[in-house]
Amino acid sequence: MNPTKDLTQIVQTAVERHGAQPDAFIPILLEINHEYGYIPAQAIRQARVLLHQPEEHVLVSEGQLYGVASFYHMLSVQAVGRHVVKFCESAPCHVQGGRELWRAVQQELGLQAGETDPQNRFTLKTVSCLGLCGVGPVMVVDDDVYGNVTPEQLPNIFARYE
Amino acid sequence: MKFNRSLVLVSKDPESLRRGAEDVYKQFQSSLAEFDLQGEVALAPIADVGRHDALPMVIIYPEASAYGPIRAGDVPRLVEEHLLKGRQVEDLFAPVKELSGRVGWLKSRKGAQPMEKRIVTRRVGRIDPENIEDYIAEEGYQALAKALAAQPAQVVEWLEKSGLQGRGGAGFPTGLKWRFVAGTKSAKKYVVCNADESEPGTFKDRVILEGDPHSILEALIIAAYCVGADEGFVYVRGEYGLAQSRLQNAISQARAYGLLGKDILGSGFSFDLHVHSGAGAYVCGEETALLESIEGKRGEPRARPPYPTTRGLWGKPTLVNNVETLANVPAIVLNGAEWYRSFGTPSSPGTKTYTILGNVNFRGLIEVPMGITLREVINIYGQGMPPGSTFKLAQTGGSSGSIIPASLQDTPMDFESFRKAGVSLGSGALLICDEHTCALDLAVTLMKFFQFESCGKCTPCRVGTARAYKILTDIQKGKGKPQDLETLTQLAGEMEYASNCGLGQTASVPIRDTLRHFRAEVEAHILLGVCPAGVCNVNG
Repeated sequence: MNPTKDLTQIVQTAVERHGAQPDAFIPILLEINHEYGYIPAQAIRQARVLLHQPEEHVLVSEGQLYGVASFYHMLSVQAVGRHVVKFCESAPCHVQGGRELWRAVQQELGLQAGETDPQNRFTLKTVSCLGLCGVGPVMVVDDDVYGNVTPEQLPNIFARYE
Repeated sequence: MKFNRSLVLVSKDPESLRRGAEDVYKQFQSSLAEFDLQGEVALAPIADVGRHDALPMVIIYPEASAYGPIRAGDVPRLVEEHLLKGRQVEDLFAPVKELSGRVGWLKSRKGAQPMEKRIVTRRVGRIDPENIEDYIAEEGYQALAKALAAQPAQVVEWLEKSGLQGRGGAGFPTGLKWRFVAGTKSAKKYVVCNADESEPGTFKDRVILEGDPHSILEALIIAAYCVGADEGFVYVRGEYGLAQSRLQNAISQARAYGLLGKDILGSGFSFDLHVHSGAGAYVCGEETALLESIEGKRGEPRARPPYPTTRGLWGKPTLVNNVETLANVPAIVLNGAEWYRSFGTPSSPGTKTYTILGNVNFRGLIEVPMGITLREVINIYGQGMPPGSTFKLAQTGGSSGSIIPASLQDTPMDFESFRKAGVSLGSGALLICDEHTCALDLAVTLMKFFQFESCGKCTPCRVGTARAYKILTDIQKGKGKPQDLETLTQLAGEMEYASNCGLGQTASVPIRDTLRHFRAEVEAHILLGVCPAGVCNVNG
């Protein structure tokens, strides 16, 4: 996640890599989100210019791309902190200690679900089942997965992210 | 306390003793000593195993393998193979028969022994999933060769005879679906593998994709051959990065070996496959929402009919199958329908994978014949519940499954028996909860999930889940009113009746099941202001 990268370049590379057909829209948005951290309105405008090709019968509007970007949970149209904490709040994690852990995570970060701290360090998000229930409760920070997490481990985990 | 890895029971009823059980028992003692296993394996006599046709019988836990009749001479082999090397000795198994008797869990068994039988996960963990040679060495792509040598209609017939039912949750007969797509007239058709596994508590498809990706490729190529498709997609949920890269790798290997692309194995049949990533949406597991998502749109389910079998991806006939369903296909093609029908129950043949989760000693994935009971799953495969825990309820099949109370734990888990009991087998997730779980709190968690994941296209689901969630959280906080239960029941009925897709329809299930089985517990929150399980902060 690096908002200092050149957005125009990111969009262009993503479109070139995945092609400009409709079945590439979601992969393109995923790549922009991954490279830039989120999908700003500017990226949607730029992507639309590259993807809209009436002569190829590919018609796409900014609204359509925004609709897709705001629909999927792995895509974000809002700026996020340097690190994103994703907490699984589905039932299996919930009954395996997730209930207590969730309170501890909110307390430790001083954040509610969906919030970013003023220093722009962490954004706290809740997510649905990640398919890692064998080691629940599960928490993901950026791309790092933590399983069997206990409240006592939290300070140690968060300290790894600046 | 001392823990034993395995437990060996030797039948020592009078009939067994007459047939030499004492020698068997003594031979076990000396063989265990010989292999230095006395510290890990417990040996015990058992009075009556409940059947008298295969005595003396030997039952070995935790696999619950029933061997019989056993002679002293068989014992060294049993000890070496089963207890030392971990391989069951299939030729010594007791004949399949209805068991009845005084061993608690054996009473409910119909047919085969309750042991693990691996079909879809048989290669997982045994081969290098990134090496096609490993897959080929384990019978890989032989089913494809056999299918390509037969007529497509014949292969579909094998599948229909096998009785394979979709393992995504609905249980639709797979062969019939294939026949529908094969019967459509269209120059362009697609096959799609639904790997958008997002049902909470389910990770069977991830394990198959990560551990044996070529089996899905092989099944999709066979499927495409049968229905006449030349292009396919594997729609993998965005969170499964490893599964995606292993599939990509498998696809490029298969292309290099001429198993994908033009003129596969010289048959004149051409087919190519793409991996498509999801981006985080539970609703995309619904097949029409999945197709919308591949087309680059919001994952909102379409109105049905027309079904994807006639109008699917880009408006063309499309076959959509779940990962686990497809993983069964090569084994059926290779070994035949009869072989497949020898597992499971007559109405639900084959095996089913289950993920065991929650308050049990062992959490993970198992593959067992259909028809095993919940009690067996908890006690044998879950290795019981932690000390001091009592079984209170289980939630089957992820969020859209059912909540079942302790009284139903002896119902055989197959599609038909569960349907009769009003329970959904769903995706095979089994969330085991002890008495420290509050039924209301669980319902709140499930409803929050549905509210979060509702795509918002149709009103009954969008508004219904939000209202139900609000009412349930109010009850949890002590702000509930007695008439709320009436409102919830009505909401559940409306969501089930009027929602466009399965998400809204099954969102009613947690409400209905909670009120059916745990009404008193919910009422205690409203009328007495207490949470009987001590979980909810009712007056906070």
